Amino acid sequence: MSEIEPLRAGHAAWLEADAPHSPVLRFSADEPLVMDSGVSLAPLTIAYQTYGTLNADKSNAILVCHALTGDQHVANVHPLTGKPGWWETMVGPGKPVDTDRFFVICSNVVGGCLGTTGPASTNPATGKPYGLDMPMVTIRDMVRGQKMLIDHFGIAQLFCVIGGSMGGMQVLQWAASYPDCVFCAIPIATAPRHSSQNIAFHEVGRQAVMADPEWAGGRYFETGRHPTKGLAVARMAAHITYLSDEALHRKFGRKFQNKTAPTFTFDADFQIESYLRYQGSTFVERFDANSYLYLTRAMDYFDLAGDYEGSLARAFQHTRTRFCVVSFTSDWLFPTSASRAIVHALNAGGASVSFVEIETDKGHDAFLLDLPELFATTSGFIESAARARGLKEAKAST
Amino acid sequence: MSERSFPVGSDTARVDLLVVADMVASNTRVLDIGCGDGALLRLLADDRGVDARGIELSQRGVNDCVAKGLSVIQGDADTDLIDYPDDSFDYVILSQTLQATRNPKRVLEQMLRIGRRAIVSFPNFGHWRIRGQLIFRGRMPVTENLPLAWYETPNIHFCTIRDFVSLVDEVDARIDRAVALDSSGAPMRVSAPWWVWNMFGEQAVFLLERQN
Repeated sequence: MSEIEPLRAGHAAWLEADAPHSPVLRFSADEPLVMDSGVSLAPLTIAYQTYGTLNADKSNAILVCHALTGDQHVANVHPLTGKPGWWETMVGPGKPVDTDRFFVICSNVVGGCLGTTGPASTNPATGKPYGLDMPMVTIRDMVRGQKMLIDHFGIAQLFCVIGGSMGGMQVLQWAASYPDCVFCAIPIATAPRHSSQNIAFHEVGRQAVMADPEWAGGRYFETGRHPTKGLAVARMAAHITYLSDEALHRKFGRKFQNKTAPTFTFDADFQIESYLRYQGSTFVERFDANSYLYLTRAMDYFDLAGDYEGSLARAFQHTRTRFCVVSFTSDWLFPTSASRAIVHALNAGGASVSFVEIETDKGHDAFLLDLPELFATTSGFIESAARARGLKEAKAST
Repeated sequence: MSERSFPVGSDTARVDLLVVADMVASNTRVLDIGCGDGALLRLLADDRGVDARGIELSQRGVNDCVAKGLSVIQGDADTDLIDYPDDSFDYVILSQTLQATRNPKRVLEQMLRIGRRAIVSFPNFGHWRIRGQLIFRGRMPVTENLPLAWYETPNIHFCTIRDFVSLVDEVDARIDRAVALDSSGAPMRVSAPWWVWNMFGEQAVFLLERQN
């Protein structure tokens, strides 16, 4: 792990947790977030970004739900990394989620570390970060937080809720919890419940974080040192699951990194090793280790059918929401069979559902990439739903 | 486009879709199995205000349909109809696909379970040209509308119009309307007896209704 530099104290992710580069909405003690764990979280802060303009009857809002390590910076330069927004391929002027036409909202999830209340936020009761005093968060808690934000905007019904992976879980939860508030829904590369294999991978990641002595039982902020090594290993392991054997082989093969022969050491001889170390080291610069624990746990607990007597169909009974479910052929983390389970449940409830499996070798991360077929599907679906909702077309750009 | 579907684009295929569409009442719920590129769904949705859904085997076809804003899912007539609840549609349509399914009788039963009415169109294997090729050449027929040799055709369960009529009886359904199309794609005279249709109809379209 020689390439991972120790981070400076007062690490950027901590600063972002209390003073984000985003607008924030603060809910006081009399408007708590009532969580699945039974705890009422207050005060609550939600950090968010918006793009485009909300129309007069507030019918053109699209909520983008971010994935595990995503954040609210969908389509703007990221304040910590300086890189483009994580979904600029999908969201922007003239893009499938067209910011010339729609009012796009994305908020950092509850339990996150980019400004919404999470384990890195200051606990007003102690004046220190929550750490493990943060109540356990579920996907439904995240959606409840988003609903509070949507209510604040006075939006009675979102035109669309869209997201991939953990974002897709939120999309499904939105459609189940608030069916009348979602005109159309696009869950991408997701599942109605987290599989045993996926819980297993998450557990490996969490154990890596907690095995780092710097983690200090989650109170690392008191030492000023961050469990960067553990978190980097967690990220490296997780990153492999986001790709595919085929894509890794095509990109890296067995190629050496800046050398022509093995060094007979444990240095990063192979390009794939160097790549993973880089992924690990950049991740820890922008993410809080405790937040990683909480958010992976939220995904583990997700089992939508469990809330409806084991019947996924019941979760979507009588729904009038239109669905477009998307999966990718090489995604083995959230395989097509999981999307099919969603489609079957929606069909059983008589819902309007489209389902597309997109052929790609790029694995789970395909939803974040430049895939023309993904854009054609989502724009076609959004366009027809917008017509059905009576939304005007985007003004021709001049 | 599904590998099993009839070559769309020829005039006869388009007539077939129009005949099918003509059997569907306005403002109803329709499931089109093997919807290909969605031509029929579009026709039904645009002209008749139908709530039209589709199932298509080929991913290419599904993606084209969804990109056009149609409600279509990837699925297989033989295996996926079982997931739909009873009476979820007014009409269930299977155009030019029955002969390519593994279990046509089971598929027809499922269609009549999901919807009260079923519309089925298929190529008539009793057409005189096909009979002629078998009798005079002793070879499996290859025609303009059925262009593939026996070893490469997806059509594994050919039937004649008469065969189909007896299958309808077996699945306890009633024939509401039937249309045979001649080789020019024109509907044949309604008053013609079955044997004439069976000899000269190149395609047939049936509107069936569940008895009970």
